[in-house]
Amino acid sequence: MAPKENKPRTVSRNPDLIRGIGKFSKSRMYHKRGIWAIKAKNGGAFPKHAAAAAPEKPAEKAPKFYPADDVKKPIANRRKPKPTKLRASITPGTVLILLVGRFMGKRVVFLKQLPSGLLLVTGPFKVNGVPLRRVNQSYVIGTSTKIDISGVNVDKFDDKYFKKEAKKKKKKTEGEFFETEKEEKKALPQEKKDDQKAVDAQLIKAIEAVPDLKAYLGARFSLRSGMKPHELVF
Amino acid sequence: MPFKRYVEIGRVALVNYGKDYGKLVVIVDVVDQNRALVDAPDMVRCQMNFKRLSLTDIKIDIPRIPKKKSLIAAMEAADVKNKWDNSSWGRKLIVQKRRASLNDFDRFKVMLAKIKRGGAIRQELAKLKKQSA
Repeated sequence: MAPKENKPRTVSRNPDLIRGIGKFSKSRMYHKRGIWAIKAKNGGAFPKHAAAAAPEKPAEKAPKFYPADDVKKPIANRRKPKPTKLRASITPGTVLILLVGRFMGKRVVFLKQLPSGLLLVTGPFKVNGVPLRRVNQSYVIGTSTKIDISGVNVDKFDDKYFKKEAKKKKKKTEGEFFETEKEEKKALPQEKKDDQKAVDAQLIKAIEAVPDLKAYLGARFSLRSGMKPHELVF
Repeated sequence: MPFKRYVEIGRVALVNYGKDYGKLVVIVDVVDQNRALVDAPDMVRCQMNFKRLSLTDIKIDIPRIPKKKSLIAAMEAADVKNKWDNSSWGRKLIVQKRRASLNDFDRFKVMLAKIKRGGAIRQELAKLKKQSA
């Protein structure tokens, strides 16, 4: 048998019989949880943390009314979603065809799968104008064309990298309030441009090694008359 | 215009429907006006409706219902495989199969090659036009 790993417990030792009533009594749980051992170790009393200085709470108002009926305690949901399974036809370096959005029909290079399950792709930007971006795998077709991306370093990209910057709220004076909101154009930060360049430089080297591949990535995919998508080999 | 392809023993036919679709078979016996007994090196001899058979130009010399071994020998002797692959019908099927198996990148390369060919033809044509004018 494999050695036991110290995983944090996810399931309660005291399962609910019905809502609010556990299987074991309080004293039973006391023994089950091994609290007695902790108590014995510390000379008959539980070890205590010094209470952290609580921040001053604003005085809470007493509720205006109390609920007449008992409110049922919802059952805890301990289910954790499974990580997204990558389609078998998609491996790092695969050329994908985007099916939706403003880059519809573009052929892009798949770099890696992010923890959220989205795919990290790049055009490369210089070849067909598609920047480093995330895309759901249900919106792509994986082709059998593969590009060697062993020289490309994509460790720094995660879901946080693509997060939108939080909008800062400004208090407006009355005069400003009536003015129409002026959106200043946000420019892409320089470091993101540099990241794009660093990734593309290696990738383009690999692309140019194969004849016609650069033109292929630069062209859009579309269905012509007589092409049956369910019979095509990609 | 008389027919050139007859339903007869030794006639090679292409199956155009059913689980044997695309297979080249030989008519070894005629059961009735709707069905024939057909055979091929890699299948069990069975009846087949004439509606499922497309007759080809190839005919081999065999007696009625030969043993599998003699059938294979007769097909070898008549060089059926090569004759079929070199006929325009057989070649067309090969090209169709090849085209269907191309992936997206290959199709793109075919497109480029076609453009190149068109350009070359246009150039030659312009040259000839200039000469004749």
